[in-house]
Amino acid sequence: MATRQQVLFLWLAGPALDAAVLGWAFHDGSAGAGPQVDGDPPYATGVAALVDGWRLFQVSPLVPPTPGHERETSFLKHEFVFERLVEVPGA
Amino acid sequence: MAPDLPLLTTDQMACFVARGFLALEAVVPPEVNEQAMEELPGLFRGWLHEFGALNAGQVADDDGAPLPRSGTPLGDAYDPTSAFGRLVRVPAVAGAIASLVGGAPVVDHHFVHLKGAGDLTAQGLHADAIIDEGTAFDIQLFWFPHEVGPGAGGTRYVPGSHLRRVNTDDVSRYQHLAGDEHVVCPAGTVMIFHHGLWHAGAPNRSDTLRVMGKLRLNPSEPQVRLWDTSDLEARNRADDHMFARFEPGTVAALLRRSERWYEPSVHRLETVQRAKLWRHLTGDVGFDVDWYLTRTERRLALAPSDT
Repeated sequence: MATRQQVLFLWLAGPALDAAVLGWAFHDGSAGAGPQVDGDPPYATGVAALVDGWRLFQVSPLVPPTPGHERETSFLKHEFVFERLVEVPGA
Repeated sequence: MAPDLPLLTTDQMACFVARGFLALEAVVPPEVNEQAMEELPGLFRGWLHEFGALNAGQVADDDGAPLPRSGTPLGDAYDPTSAFGRLVRVPAVAGAIASLVGGAPVVDHHFVHLKGAGDLTAQGLHADAIIDEGTAFDIQLFWFPHEVGPGAGGTRYVPGSHLRRVNTDDVSRYQHLAGDEHVVCPAGTVMIFHHGLWHAGAPNRSDTLRVMGKLRLNPSEPQVRLWDTSDLEARNRADDHMFARFEPGTVAALLRRSERWYEPSVHRLETVQRAKLWRHLTGDVGFDVDWYLTRTERRLALAPSDT
């Protein structure tokens, strides 16, 4: 067996991990051999992903607005990145 | 501009400002769509031919379908009997163009997007073309000359994304956003996008080729009150405020709309961006939604050294 990483991005409605999921992305280091994610979105909140076994490894920082551009909008602000390690057949 | 063109309504314009797109369903006559199904794939191959020749350091042979030069007035860019020439003369399309970018826009470029049957690749989400500065905007027509069913390669797009400042495909990380849409439409539908709207080519799970002609137009005049403004004045209140007095029939009520993928705090900033765009489109520098602009402008006037 070999260990592979799966990564789940969740974009939440606010900076707290129990906020609602607004968007998501899944990247599968097992190339389909490991468990997959179900549902759109797969979890209702970031905490729900923790409960299902995902490990949080990155949170977007809270960055003060750039002076002169305080009211501009751009990327989604509250990005949480999770991983889980899965066993797959192979060396 | 022909005097009898069906111009957009205030509702349609406010919806465009709020969501970044309009859908003109089945407005192109069948015979024009049929012509497009014959011509558009050839236009794509013509572009490939020219692009390939350029990369090889050669001049492409004349293939009979020259691309218009950027900056050509729309009225001169296409033979009136060609597919694109007929498209932009369909009254509903011409009226929408005139309402959004005026009666004398110029062609930026066109491109034909083909999505083969069973092509399951998903393009990354992106905005055209870079970070376009300023309030004035271009429009992009997405013409679907044949019916597009669910999963049949209709363009993915994200309502309400058009005013976010992002560069090209820097948003490709967003595989799924709540409320994003895929075009599903009858033949002859034209989607009109603000140039900043996030979109992507989508997988085509059908067994037929999906053809889409895209045309980008630049305004050549200020985009001020170009639509049918006969009902504007009564609805253009600057003091419509969701925590004070508000009315369902106002422009503000349309511009206040949120999207499912918005963070609640960012929704308020989106409302401010929309109010600024509406000021530009109406020439009404005092317009506001929920008093966000007015209160800060009044305070700044009291303490000008803060600016």
